Amino acid sequence: MARTLRHLLAPIIDNNPVTLQVLGLCSALAVTTSLLTALTMSAALTAVLVMSNIAISAIRHHIPNSIRLIVQITIISTLVIVIDQFLQAFAFEISQRLSIFVSLIVTNCLVMGRAEAFAMRNPVGPSILDGLGNGLGYSLILVIIGIIRELFGAGTLLGLVILPAVKDGGWYTPLNLMLMAPSAFFILGLLVWAIRSLRVEQAEPKEFPLTDEPERRHG
Amino acid sequence: MADLNPISLWRRLLALPNESRTKTIAVAFLVSLFSALLVSGAAVTLKPIQEANRAAERQARMDAMIAALPGLAEILKTSGADTLETRIIDLDTGLEAEGVDPASFDARAAASDPQTSIALLPDIDIAGIGRRGNLAQIHILKDGDDLSLVILPVSAAGYASTIHAYLALEGDLNTVAALTITEQRETPGLGARIEEAAWQALWPGKQIADANGEIRLAVVRGGAVSEYEVDGITGATRTGNAVTNMIGFWMGEHGYGPLLDNLRAGRL
Repeated sequence: MARTLRHLLAPIIDNNPVTLQVLGLCSALAVTTSLLTALTMSAALTAVLVMSNIAISAIRHHIPNSIRLIVQITIISTLVIVIDQFLQAFAFEISQRLSIFVSLIVTNCLVMGRAEAFAMRNPVGPSILDGLGNGLGYSLILVIIGIIRELFGAGTLLGLVILPAVKDGGWYTPLNLMLMAPSAFFILGLLVWAIRSLRVEQAEPKEFPLTDEPERRHG
Repeated sequence: MADLNPISLWRRLLALPNESRTKTIAVAFLVSLFSALLVSGAAVTLKPIQEANRAAERQARMDAMIAALPGLAEILKTSGADTLETRIIDLDTGLEAEGVDPASFDARAAASDPQTSIALLPDIDIAGIGRRGNLAQIHILKDGDDLSLVILPVSAAGYASTIHAYLALEGDLNTVAALTITEQRETPGLGARIEEAAWQALWPGKQIADANGEIRLAVVRGGAVSEYEVDGITGATRTGNAVTNMIGFWMGEHGYGPLLDNLRAGRL
């Protein structure tokens, strides 16, 4: 039981796809200007991840090795298109704000990575948990970044005014930097730093340590 | 006698080694088939809802454009009309089309149906739209007998999508009252910035054609220096060119040219 749960819980902090594996950054930066878009994107990615893990895990014994990547991408892109169509039908405004980033889930290394690394080798049950866990890990980071950016960039959360802005007669001057892409990098960097300070085992060994000795040339 | 029982055929297929050519092709085919069914199923069943969403969005953007036009609210109030007149125009003659109900007219469907549209030759089709509907739905506002505003739907092939917009002209039919982009899927952060209010605010007051009737309004690189130029967006040259071509095509003789002539002559 504990081992099964690990598939679900490990990717949330210990093996987080965004902060430890540093995957799926493009969308994590692009859609986190507000909490609502971050939540929608998280839900869309988690749904795609779980369903692609189910589909790929279910047929894993019959996927020829030579075409396994193209089969995975076909399944993933099918799911992404279907989800995108659903969003355009039932959440039109949000899908306009997410623009192409929903369709770009296809190229998110996170989905491909879980398909190739986990679903190809494990039964359906654990694959569902793994997909859900990784989806939630991604969502956690997006939601944290989304909260920080929307709160300090616009003074609102989910559109509700938390910090009344000066232009509406309040006292808070919104930080416009928060609505631009670099701020997501800063917040993500600080998050990675915080997590790796608390969980020292996540810090990577230095690959190229600095040395005092000048580099010697070997003839 | 070959065994044609589908269940045993299916079992034999599954039992083949994964690397065999038959199984590779069969798996590729089956995965593609299921994917195609799912995608087309979702696209077809959800299309009516998506179309309704897009139509609502277009209407909302036109309402917003009208609300933002200076002085329009007063004209509406003094002329007593509470809304714009909607007309269906035959683009070839530039006159009102008979017997078409504006309420049920679907411009998008008409523009793609070969029965109700014409294919444009490449040298005419500078906007890259391929086909143009025979009819178009326009909106007119009159102040007494004087024309005060004409709203024309326009479109062009952009860098990554078809751009749809409403172009509002003032009563002289040469001054832009507003341009509002209603639909586009250009590159976010670059071409998609044509949707920003700040860019669209550059348009009011620009002149479409010069005194000789030559259409000169264009999106330019660098800064706009005349009333025929609009600042382009850095990194979105092709989207800007598409907007230029959109104006060029729809204001020209194959677009609304005949209609504008008739409006100037007071025939409509």
